[in-house]
Amino acid sequence: MTLARSGPRRRWAYQLDVKGSPYFYIAPFFLLFGAVGMFPLLYTAYVSLTNWNLLEPTRHWVGLANYAELLTDDYFWNALFNTVSIWLLSTVPQLLAALFIAHMLNRSLRARTFFRMGVLLPNVTSIVAVTIIFAQLFGRDFGMVNWALNLVGLDPVDWQAGTLSSHIAISLIVIWRWTGYNALIYLAAMQTIPEHLYEAATLDGAGQFTQFRKITIPMLRPTIIFTAVVSTIGGFQIIAEPLLFQAGTGNPTGGSDRQFQTVGLYLYEQGFSLYKFGYASAIAWTLCLIIVVMALVNYSVTRRIRRS
Amino acid sequence: MSAAKLRLLVGVLAVGVFTAGCGGSTGSSGDGPVTLTLNLFGNMGFKDLYAKYEAAHPNIKIVERTSAYNDHHRNLAAHLATGSGAADVEGIDTGFIAQFRAQPERFVDLRKHGADGLKDRWLPWKWQASVAKNGAQIGYGTDVGGLAMCYRRDLFEKAGLPTERDEVSKLWPDWASYFEAGRKYTANKPEGASFFDGGAQIFNAMIGQAETGYYDASDHVVVATNPVVRSAYDEVLKAVADGESAKLVGSSPAWNTGFAKSQFATIACPAWMLAKIQDQAKAFAGKWDIAAIPGGGGNWGGSYLTVPAQSKHVKEAVDLITWLTAPEQQIEVFKAHGILPSTVATYEKPEVKNLKNAFFNDAPVGQVFTAAALNLKPQYQGPRAGDIQTAIRDAINRVEEGKQDGPQAWEQMLKDVERIEQ
Repeated sequence: MTLARSGPRRRWAYQLDVKGSPYFYIAPFFLLFGAVGMFPLLYTAYVSLTNWNLLEPTRHWVGLANYAELLTDDYFWNALFNTVSIWLLSTVPQLLAALFIAHMLNRSLRARTFFRMGVLLPNVTSIVAVTIIFAQLFGRDFGMVNWALNLVGLDPVDWQAGTLSSHIAISLIVIWRWTGYNALIYLAAMQTIPEHLYEAATLDGAGQFTQFRKITIPMLRPTIIFTAVVSTIGGFQIIAEPLLFQAGTGNPTGGSDRQFQTVGLYLYEQGFSLYKFGYASAIAWTLCLIIVVMALVNYSVTRRIRRS
Repeated sequence: MSAAKLRLLVGVLAVGVFTAGCGGSTGSSGDGPVTLTLNLFGNMGFKDLYAKYEAAHPNIKIVERTSAYNDHHRNLAAHLATGSGAADVEGIDTGFIAQFRAQPERFVDLRKHGADGLKDRWLPWKWQASVAKNGAQIGYGTDVGGLAMCYRRDLFEKAGLPTERDEVSKLWPDWASYFEAGRKYTANKPEGASFFDGGAQIFNAMIGQAETGYYDASDHVVVATNPVVRSAYDEVLKAVADGESAKLVGSSPAWNTGFAKSQFATIACPAWMLAKIQDQAKAFAGKWDIAAIPGGGGNWGGSYLTVPAQSKHVKEAVDLITWLTAPEQQIEVFKAHGILPSTVATYEKPEVKNLKNAFFNDAPVGQVFTAAALNLKPQYQGPRAGDIQTAIRDAINRVEEGKQDGPQAWEQMLKDVERIEQ
């Protein structure tokens, strides 16, 4: 009797436990994401359609006017150019160097763990400290880089003043911080490649480089796609390095002629220095769309290259 | 989960978030204990005074929070716009006071708390700078910078210029003679040491003395039409072309290095910069000295204490800032930290008047800086003066970096200013 009465209820509780609890367990993430991720995202979209300025008491609906203004804004295109340039200058050498370092670390080395952990060290340093130190290294009058150039008889460079020179300096900060991180990801992927492939190739008389090109790289394809996409997302959002490259001056213009102002920095200038929240939100959403498009392009290009 | 349950959950969450957001600012009336929060930037030298105030007012507890200069003002703008998050007392720097003065409804009008009776405490221009269009007084002045010309005696001597401070002051009654002295200096200059640190810094000192700067009294930007701006710009660029500038951007790390490496022989210096020079140029004690600023008067920096309208303890907060900015307390701050008060009564006190600084060859810093503060002609500051200043600094830098000539940089700067104005 007791069994018959409690049966359906227990079955219901069992059903709830099986079907319901997974949702319950993942709920905290989605609730948090909704509050601190999704809501700001949608709210930013709404703000981008207004002319909200923090210093003015009223705001009005302006439709797509902010986006229309953005398309004809020289400073936005300048920032986009700088972003793409710094992204290319940092990502390409970074991933190539990471591949090479991973390949080296994959061999039998003495103190292998030491070297493997060592390449990650730049990544755990403070970005503020690193950027300020790099800015000193690239100083005009007493920077170490110009001192070295002088030693080999070259003229000093005003790194911050030039467009290409400032992009190179900022890219080096990114490369220095992220190469080791990507190398470790490649290394992990390399270790899943079956050893017998290399043995067979060696028997067939393939050299080190051929093995690297014909076995390692194709086998790493998904990992390369992953790192390329992640680097693209990071590269397009770059803001701390160009901001701190002109440290102390307190203004996010990215150089006297905006020569190293990235889109992220332009957003910061419009939003938090000029308080144009509507316009800054439009920049944020445009940047988001650009990143999505670039990630997709990146994905398909990387796929095609490896397939052919 | 049913729709009703979902709604309930969202409701509970919302209430939770709401109450959390309001935590810490529970209002109180009567004589219950009151915690007053102060949001400041940098060290304003009040820490020792809080204990004294708390001892005299047992129901008050004071909490000070400090953050970096730019972060502080950006946060304040956001907290005012959203109506929550501001402290009971907020510090505001001279560079931002015009921007915040443009929104007087967000601050307590101190006239309603007896400000008019206190007016004579302050330098007239200091008082005027925090008065809003509708006449509201939004803040009480704390310190001022004043402005002098710091110079290196040893470098002047090597270049064949006079070294005694009175003679040096006579060398440059106005800016034209300052640049003329710079030409003489540059002709015999010691290797690697230019005449001044950077064109933009000198430009700021010059424009600060003009009757009209970037704005007219009705808040219109007049950068393009004010002849004083253009002539100061041209004069500075002429000096840059003559090789007088070390081409360093103010407050940058390279500028800091410039002190230690003797890259310049003169620098326009407010009172608060003396400590910085002593830090950066340790090896040159006694070689620095202080002369009058060309043109006679000047100011760079200085702050205000305000009470946001959203404060829950308006009366207590106003009492506190009235006390902190009173001459008796300001003289304490000056003695302990060397921060120059904006309260005129303190200038007659021997502690201020007779103050000398050994690092600067015993220069009479008390006299020099108070004279500059007293001689300054008040200039109307518009809400975006700081951003306009940055645009002009960038223009001068572009010329110093050799990327543009003067007229090109000027044209581009005018476009920047137009955008700031929008």
